[in-house]
Amino acid sequence: MAFLNFLISGISLGSIYAIIALGYTMVYGIAKMLNFAHGDVIMVGAYICFYAVARYKLPPLVGILAAMAVCTVLGIVVERLAYKPLRAAPSLAVLITAIGVSYFLQNGALLLWSSNPKVFPSVTGMGKISLFGGQLTVSLVTVVTIITCIVIMLVLTWFTGNTKMGKAMRACSEDKGAAQLMGINVNSTISMTFAIGSGLAAIAGVLLCSAYPTLVPTTGSMPGIKAFTAAVFGGIGSIPGAMLGGILLGVIEIFAKAYISTQVSDAIVFAVLIVVLLVKPAGLLGKQVNEKV
Amino acid sequence: MANKVKLVPVPSGSVIPERDIDKSPILETHHLGIDFGGLVAVDDFNLTIGRTEIAGLIGPNGAGKTTIFNLLTNVYQPTRGTILLDGKSTKGLKTSQVCKLGIARTFQNIRLFSAMTVMENILVGLHDEMDYNVLSSIIRLPGFFRSERIARERAMELLSIFNMEDLADAEAGSLPYGAQRRLEILRALATNPCLLLLDEPAAGMNPSETEELMENIRRIRDMFQIAVLLIEHDMNLVMGICEGICVVNYGKVIAKGDPDQIKNDPVVIEAYLGKKGAK
Repeated sequence: MAFLNFLISGISLGSIYAIIALGYTMVYGIAKMLNFAHGDVIMVGAYICFYAVARYKLPPLVGILAAMAVCTVLGIVVERLAYKPLRAAPSLAVLITAIGVSYFLQNGALLLWSSNPKVFPSVTGMGKISLFGGQLTVSLVTVVTIITCIVIMLVLTWFTGNTKMGKAMRACSEDKGAAQLMGINVNSTISMTFAIGSGLAAIAGVLLCSAYPTLVPTTGSMPGIKAFTAAVFGGIGSIPGAMLGGILLGVIEIFAKAYISTQVSDAIVFAVLIVVLLVKPAGLLGKQVNEKV
Repeated sequence: MANKVKLVPVPSGSVIPERDIDKSPILETHHLGIDFGGLVAVDDFNLTIGRTEIAGLIGPNGAGKTTIFNLLTNVYQPTRGTILLDGKSTKGLKTSQVCKLGIARTFQNIRLFSAMTVMENILVGLHDEMDYNVLSSIIRLPGFFRSERIARERAMELLSIFNMEDLADAEAGSLPYGAQRRLEILRALATNPCLLLLDEPAAGMNPSETEELMENIRRIRDMFQIAVLLIEHDMNLVMGICEGICVVNYGKVIAKGDPDQIKNDPVVIEAYLGKKGAK
């Protein structure tokens, strides 16, 4: 039973990583950049939800929607102001800018909301579900997290496969020049991608803080790095890859904590990443990209 | 036969079919030029294309032909001169807006969305025909499904031009070379152009495939009543289907006229043979 319990917590943690990883992977797939500020958008989402629910006593659902709205706008604004002027710049310049945006958001949060940890109220309540006659208890937030992750995965797969915006996004990720010549507005497609990624980050932030209720301005950075790892693990640019990578990473982390050592669990997670990349450099589901010559 | 139309010269030098003479040309460029740093890539380029003309743009390698295509689609902003599409200047427009106004193109080296299916490639071309936005796809589901269905039907119609309906669900990258070239033309047609730019459509084709391509280009022109401007090195194709030909070398127009005029133009002969002699 302990094993099953660990597995479920692993999948739940992994679901959060997966939702965050989707933002990394979609932005990378389309804008070909690593948005290292993505982790901090999670933190902003969590703060917005915290203030809506704990301070203004709004219902949790309204808090989540408010967080999503703010993060979506934040994502679009960050892209417009920080990344769009660098569209033709070398990728290193964009990467450094992303790190800069990350620090900007963290310090902005520090200024606005202070460094005092906030105790995040769980949006799902503290309920628990007992299974097998009380041998296995699963908290409600775990269940909600896993279900949310599955729903997001299904909707996103449908969106990219069946809508014209989704097809425009895939076309841009393959060949921006050709997409433009087919009448697709590449800039608005990139904005759209940031909007979706950041909206998902808000959900991830709320779920993360519901499970681990301490909220500080650096809350987003470690999960952000882990989710980035998950995206690379699954094959960056691939949506199913991000999901698979996220969930595997979560499960490995929890198992490492449970059976090996809490202290070295992160080291184990990253060691697994290194091994996978040595064997499959493009990640689990990533496609080997042949450079055009 | 469509290729037997009488040709009439227009003031700027090109030749347009007589049936278009009462209409304004679909494309005019006036003194178009672009510099890359100190290099004058294209200079004083004047071209007029009739509404249903098949025109050819030829010249030795590196003459600036593809650069001209990139200028026409606003991939590059011209340093000098104007481009008038249907009498309106395209200055300052984005590439995607020029496409919406009606210039579509194919590429010298095929640039399909190779991980997407044949159908999806065409649907990307139909992007603007599908009049719903993200919000309505969430709120007005019936409108969304109707729009998607109509787009799919339209895509199937387009595929039927080249009898490619069976390939609709195949991955574009897995198609044989000739089929990829045809799909590129269909994807360009899906954007509902009034001017179709073909960049070396016969590259890598054998003579019988080229023959078929010529027939197809004519058929497309007649079917859609559009103008076609093609870059090509295959002289059989150029002389066979183009009604007006423009020859460029070192970024400048060196000759214009109908195929017979071009074939016998000493400047053109020198440009081609001269290049051979220099190497």
